[in-house]
Amino acid sequence: MDILKKSVLELRELLDKGEISSREIVQAYIDRIEKTEPKLNSFVTLTFEEALKDADRADEMIRNKTHTTLTGIPIALKDNISTYHVKTTCSSKMLENYRPPFDATVVELIKQAGMPILGKTNMDEFAMGSSTETSYFGPTKNPWNLEYVPGGSSGGSAASVAAKQAPLALGTDTGGSIRQPAAFTGIVGIKPTYGLVSRYGVVPFASSLDQVGPFARTVAESAALLSLIAQYDKYDSTSLNNPRPDYLRSLEKDVKGLRVGVPKEFFIDGLDAEVEQAVRKAVKALEDQGAEIVDIELPHSDKALATYYIVATAECSSNLARFDGVRFGHRSENTKDSVTMFKHTRAEGFGPEVKRRIMLGTYALSAGYYDAYYLKALKVRRLIKEDFDKAFTKVDVIITPTTPSTAFKFGEKVQDPIAMYLSDVFTTTANLAGIPALSMPAGLSSNNLPIGVQIIAPSLAEEVMLSTAYSIEKALGSIGLPELEV
Amino acid sequence: MPLEDYTIVIGLEVHAELATDSKLFCGCSTSFGSEANTQICPRCLGLPGTLPVLNKKAVEYAVRAGLALDCKINKFSKFDRKNYFYPDLSKAYQISQYDQPICEHGHVEFYVGGEKKVVGITRIHLEEEAGKSIHSGTSISDSDFSLEDYNRSGIPLIEIVSEPDIRSPEEARIYMETLRSILRYIGVSDCKMEEGSLRCDANISLMPKGATVFGTRTEIKNMNSFRAVQKALEYEAERHAKLLDSGEKIVQETRTWDDNLGITLSMRSKEEAHDYRYFPEPDLVPVILEDEFVTDIKNSLPELPAEKFRRYLEEFGLPEYDAELITADRDLAEYFEAVVAIYNKDYKAVSNWIMGEFMRLMNEQGIEVGEVKIKPEDFAAMLKLMDEGVISSKIAKVVFEEMFNTGKEPKTIVGEKGLVQISDSSAIEQIVADVIKDNPGPVAEYLGGKDKVLGFLVGQVMKLSKGKANPQMANEFLKKALAELSKNQ
Repeated sequence: MDILKKSVLELRELLDKGEISSREIVQAYIDRIEKTEPKLNSFVTLTFEEALKDADRADEMIRNKTHTTLTGIPIALKDNISTYHVKTTCSSKMLENYRPPFDATVVELIKQAGMPILGKTNMDEFAMGSSTETSYFGPTKNPWNLEYVPGGSSGGSAASVAAKQAPLALGTDTGGSIRQPAAFTGIVGIKPTYGLVSRYGVVPFASSLDQVGPFARTVAESAALLSLIAQYDKYDSTSLNNPRPDYLRSLEKDVKGLRVGVPKEFFIDGLDAEVEQAVRKAVKALEDQGAEIVDIELPHSDKALATYYIVATAECSSNLARFDGVRFGHRSENTKDSVTMFKHTRAEGFGPEVKRRIMLGTYALSAGYYDAYYLKALKVRRLIKEDFDKAFTKVDVIITPTTPSTAFKFGEKVQDPIAMYLSDVFTTTANLAGIPALSMPAGLSSNNLPIGVQIIAPSLAEEVMLSTAYSIEKALGSIGLPELEV
Repeated sequence: MPLEDYTIVIGLEVHAELATDSKLFCGCSTSFGSEANTQICPRCLGLPGTLPVLNKKAVEYAVRAGLALDCKINKFSKFDRKNYFYPDLSKAYQISQYDQPICEHGHVEFYVGGEKKVVGITRIHLEEEAGKSIHSGTSISDSDFSLEDYNRSGIPLIEIVSEPDIRSPEEARIYMETLRSILRYIGVSDCKMEEGSLRCDANISLMPKGATVFGTRTEIKNMNSFRAVQKALEYEAERHAKLLDSGEKIVQETRTWDDNLGITLSMRSKEEAHDYRYFPEPDLVPVILEDEFVTDIKNSLPELPAEKFRRYLEEFGLPEYDAELITADRDLAEYFEAVVAIYNKDYKAVSNWIMGEFMRLMNEQGIEVGEVKIKPEDFAAMLKLMDEGVISSKIAKVVFEEMFNTGKEPKTIVGEKGLVQISDSSAIEQIVADVIKDNPGPVAEYLGGKDKVLGFLVGQVMKLSKGKANPQMANEFLKKALAELSKNQ
């Protein structure tokens, strides 16, 4: 039996029947990581010893019948999610040796469910980037082709799932950081409704945009993980206190009569022809199953990227101010007084992309510029949300490409921030509007790289988003996983 | 021109720590004086990923303060981030309220030299405290290192911003004292300036009398007592006047009060002022207040010092001075009311004892009303003993001090110490006879027409009786005996 090829739900059955143990599953993934990691660099920190202990505990839970859907299934966590006494670096020199004294709420949920944690995955520094090239620990490679980026910022999590280093992973998505790497690596990634998943313990990039979400090989597996982490949390004031369905149960709902919106603003010049073709094919698949396809407008979409880069950088300039060398993290040796300590600590601890965004955000919030930048961005943000509100009176879900193109090569965009930022052009709107969006594979390009299609749904309509994705997945079939030479 | 020819314009920003049990955004204790960094958690340390959760009690206390200061309570308010770097500021931003504070448009009334004064309250907003830096030297500039104590980090504060309605340093001090009195009455803050739970920054400017346009202002910080508030503003007003008289311009700047030197010193100019880059706090949702929440708080407010003051004049007929002094402190006023509830014969007598011996002993021993051992019923009983002539007013002071120190009942003390007043005629007659015999000189003077000597002779009677002789009787008997002598001459 090739454990690595089994889906999470298949593993569940095998575990329940006693035909396999969590320890065996975890060991199989450890072996895979040890073999593939030198090529991929998906992880910053590996926690095998603890994972095996967790596996034994999970096996105990299964024997005692106190287990749930994901008990015994291993997972990888993006390295901006706080883990008790385990390094949480955000792929930054600033936090190279930082070990949080507490678990993020999502980590508590994972541990309670008995999911062994394999390690902490690589990312763009402080989640700022679209390729993992800004990581202090070096880039992660795309398992489909090692010359290409896996996307970012959750590139390590995406690559680990695509390369069968983990069956599931968690990432965070501020402007596309789950969906874009999911698209680039040919897996499913979900950015839930803002407030569905607790942000407590997740090192913030932009607080009003950040959400934690799952990576999985298939829609059903991603739904299972979403059900686990989508819990109300009284320690996150922005957590929504509404009933939470079991998302696995919502998949089978058929799409007959479903109104599917296709916004013309997402089919622009510069959209790769193969990407467009794949998305059209996914739309056609829904139409064939009885969905109604509606052309819609989201007129402020072209302002989303500019709006996003003001809101996100403004918030990050404040969120990242606490890295001052006083209480934790890196502190410069070159320190005369508190001011030089702040300056040198931050000059040494942050990489260039983080510094660029802190400066942009500081500028946008400065006296005399606030109204022209930040306040205006908030107004446009509202217009973008209203675009969606209006669209969702006519349609149930919206389908777009996840990214304008497939994965790009290392070094191709890292020297040109604007070109890099443009890879988020289709994903930032969902964050600005606070609504859920999912990326799933919709085919392969002629050079054998995955293409992602994005499904956007109204606030808290994860169920219809997932059932739509499930229908597309059934119709298009799997693109498979990359044949990684090891 | 002299300072009297200028109008002084002062506005105060007062910070009061709220007396909640836990901090504004986490569950840590707020108690004062604990060992450094023992009342901290990942949240008030600002560890990455932690999030604030608003303490409802702090919102209640802010609303309570707003209602007591006649403010409009905003049903919708929100939090903002005030960004600046300082080692004691754990997140490098303070969660505060910028453009939509919880309370606005109030006022406070008080008396200055018998004149009623009204000062407008611009706003009250909620915010969190920073931690505390402890420097190895005497100040940050001459220190080799500094340590940080985050016990204070996250303690809730209200900032009360006044209108520029204050017209003298004395008014500023009385305004502060009035605020303290009100905040303590309603139980939202203990307002201890020495512990830093009440602080203030002052803005001051001068303009020629009759002018309508304010002059350039300076801001003064670091005034750590009510006295310092007045002193610093007096100094600063003089400094402004001198500069203006010599044709110089006031530099808009922030200055710090040096209490030892009795001067203000420049801290930073307007150009060096921080750009706090306020923006809405994305980790919190807006505060929406239900009508019922506000009404319940309103109904639970106690009688405030100004109302109490008026009632003391009308109901007890106390002089303004007495009424103001007693009503300034809620505990003191409640003590007074507990005594007069039992002893209603002479309110002024109660007031005299409270303002006299009671407060003298409290100050001497450095204790608060709540710590006083005398029960109000014993206080009343002592006054009754005086009325009944069991003890003289002089003895009463001895008894009172003993009550104050031991908490014993006055009757017990009088019995134990044999302090019962001598009202026995024959006993007093005997003492009077002895005094007349022992003081032939003064007696001769009295008989020669010097009436004033009588006081001395009464004093001798009291002395000989160890203070226990009934003074009226001593007076009366002495006069009678001297009259007899005079007749017989």
